[in-house]
Amino acid sequence: MATHKAQPEGAGEVIRWTVRWLDERVGTSPGIKKALRYVFPDHWSFMLGEIALYSFVVLVATGIFLTFFYEPSSATVTYHGGYAPLRGLTMSRAYESVVDLSFSVPAGLLIRQTHHWAANVFLVAIVLHLMRIFFTGAFRKPRDINYYIGLTMLTLAVVEGYVGYSLVDDLLSGQGLAIGYSTAMSLPVVGGPLAFLLWGGEFPGADSFFTRLLIIHALIIPVTLAALITVHLTIIVRQHHSQFPGPGRTERNTVGTPMWPAYALRSIGLLFAVTSVLFLLGGLIQINPIWEWGPFDTFLSTNGAQPDWYLGWLIGALRLMPAWEPHIGNVTLVPTPFWGGVLFPLAVFGFLYLWPTMERRFTGDQLRHDLLDRPRDNPVRTATGAAFATWVSAAFFAGSTDRVFLQLGISYEGQVWFWRIGGWLLPLVVYWLVKRICVELARTEVHPLRGWAGSVVTVPAAEGSGYAAVEERTPGPDEVA
Amino acid sequence: MRLLRRIWQLLVAFFLGRRLKQPVQPSGAPPAPAPPFDPSKREVRNSPRAERAVAALLWVGAACAVVFAIRYVVAGRDTQLLGLTIGLCFAFLAAAAVVAGKFVVPQETAVEERDQLLREQEVEEVGQLVDEGAEGISRRKLLGAAGVAAGATVGAALVVPAASIGPAIDHRVSETPWFPGRRLVDAKGKPYRPEDIEIGTFYTALPQDADPDDLGSSLVVVKLPQNTLRLPKGRETWAPQGVLAYSKVCPHAGCAVSLYRYPLYQPTSAKPAFTCPCHYSTFDPAAGGKLLFGPAGRALPQLPLMVDAEGYLAAQRDFPEDVGPSWLLTKRNPKGPAK
Repeated sequence: MATHKAQPEGAGEVIRWTVRWLDERVGTSPGIKKALRYVFPDHWSFMLGEIALYSFVVLVATGIFLTFFYEPSSATVTYHGGYAPLRGLTMSRAYESVVDLSFSVPAGLLIRQTHHWAANVFLVAIVLHLMRIFFTGAFRKPRDINYYIGLTMLTLAVVEGYVGYSLVDDLLSGQGLAIGYSTAMSLPVVGGPLAFLLWGGEFPGADSFFTRLLIIHALIIPVTLAALITVHLTIIVRQHHSQFPGPGRTERNTVGTPMWPAYALRSIGLLFAVTSVLFLLGGLIQINPIWEWGPFDTFLSTNGAQPDWYLGWLIGALRLMPAWEPHIGNVTLVPTPFWGGVLFPLAVFGFLYLWPTMERRFTGDQLRHDLLDRPRDNPVRTATGAAFATWVSAAFFAGSTDRVFLQLGISYEGQVWFWRIGGWLLPLVVYWLVKRICVELARTEVHPLRGWAGSVVTVPAAEGSGYAAVEERTPGPDEVA
Repeated sequence: MRLLRRIWQLLVAFFLGRRLKQPVQPSGAPPAPAPPFDPSKREVRNSPRAERAVAALLWVGAACAVVFAIRYVVAGRDTQLLGLTIGLCFAFLAAAAVVAGKFVVPQETAVEERDQLLREQEVEEVGQLVDEGAEGISRRKLLGAAGVAAGATVGAALVVPAASIGPAIDHRVSETPWFPGRRLVDAKGKPYRPEDIEIGTFYTALPQDADPDDLGSSLVVVKLPQNTLRLPKGRETWAPQGVLAYSKVCPHAGCAVSLYRYPLYQPTSAKPAFTCPCHYSTFDPAAGGKLLFGPAGRALPQLPLMVDAEGYLAAQRDFPEDVGPSWLLTKRNPKGPAK
């Protein structure tokens, strides 16, 4: 490393002293040098994962604050606090502690709302990141391992969000827990014993139930997520980032901005930007006003209520499924919530987990890929992914049929039938449409979003063209548009 | 503008099926060999203006942080101002970092080679090292089987205590607080008389002096004109004066069935129905809780009612079937309404 100054002073001296101190003990310099020169590809879509990461940071920081005030107690108390409309009502201590946190603790509501917003943004970022990975083929070898880890984190994040808002024991989350309990009960054969195990008895559960939820929400899942994030990032660094094809980019290199200094500054900027947006949302836009829902009792519920967005697909699937409950006398083989609450998510995640294997099987492509496909390069994959997303979205929209009914007056039954049929027809239409668009795009070489038309990408890339895909890359049959 | 034009061209091309003006390379002709391209570059920025901007942004961010801290001390519960100041603080820091990253520090495009991840020779060496550990062992299969058996058994044994976290499911899941003569009371504990129940309104009723949160407790109570009732056989006495009581817990997913539809204009409006707001299972109160729409796998369980000696509504007896969500051994009512 060339130093430009003969006598470093000030900050430079501190850094040398620190590195020397570390090197004497653990010999870190080679690692630090590599880290400072690590190359990040310049493409906006690579920021989605970072947004998820930084949302997680905000979630942990705000979450720690919240644990100091939340009491996981189902003890019944009568409210005498500062919020007049609730005074005199009986409620659980858990609910009361969150109301107190919101109204009596300075900055309490800000932190709680920021936490809730961060959870929503976290999941948006993960899902968009997943789409980027899927549609550009970044899940192919060697990144399939990281794709599986990412999917596992998505699953955990959905559960984490659900458990998190269930802690509050307000009317809305109580309904959510009732559905969760019934869905657990609906597992064939093992459901009943399992639900009793988890809830410590019949719903609404043992006194220890909220303690269990809290341990799951504030310890087990976040620690698991943190561990998986570490593995995820370590694997990325080992493999280096994937990159889109472009001038000078090959399967063997990464071209882009080194970590130090430009990328580090940009990424820190993104961390601050995410934090800023989350605090602004948490401070200015109300979310989950639990004092309006009121405390939960098993005999209360409310209409037009929505879960957080990342559970919309599940409530929608529960609504769409027919009332089919096969039973022989008093032996129920499959209780109805199973179809929408268990089978549907199993199918969705099953498809996502199996896709890399399926694609390898269909294309026979066993090679390592470090250059990404543009979505048009692989019309079959892109169309399949879009059709799959449409299928899941149909269930998602069915999750808001009650809001549509309340706001627009469109009959509830009519909407459910629309999605029951549309959920299967629309994916076919989308498949055809997207495939057609991809083929057309690949043929005309038009890039609607960017000046550079990417003329190098048409497969097969010429040997020695200096651009994409050299000896390793054999185009799969579906790639030849 | 160029972007719009391109989108337009794309739409035209797609819908009219025409090719765009750009010539597609004739197939067969090899693409022109591109010169080897090295994208590396390093550009040292020298922009005092950008440096001043970064410093200014940092100062403004710091000022926001100070305002946030002061607001917290002076009015800690002003959520909007606190959020605004801390949010702006981070926004200015973000802007400072991005401007510094783009306009102050050297701009660099670098090329980094990827590692080769798989080397067959190393795989072989690892295999050999592991194999060497088993040198001189004659009964490999025996040891292996015993090891697997021990591992699996110990693992399973360690999981067993997990059963402590909950009771075994048993007959208690079927039990409800209802017994012959137990009165129906409102949320404040006041007993209902049949005259209190008005046609067109629905009431929540709970068992007197019992846990209201037990899934077997809560009821929806309505009154319908006697001549509109179409109750299944054997339920003729269950609805004194046309007052009907059903479990309020949806047999689909356990939410409270808290919507009641009553026809405003008999000839054209849909008939009376209970609807669960969670997944919109809809039940017919006139026909013994028969499912009209939605995903519930069973009818809404009906509680046989009577009027006791003092004129209050009370249970004739317990539900003849299980209430709440279904599981493997849910007791069904064979005489219930046909689906």
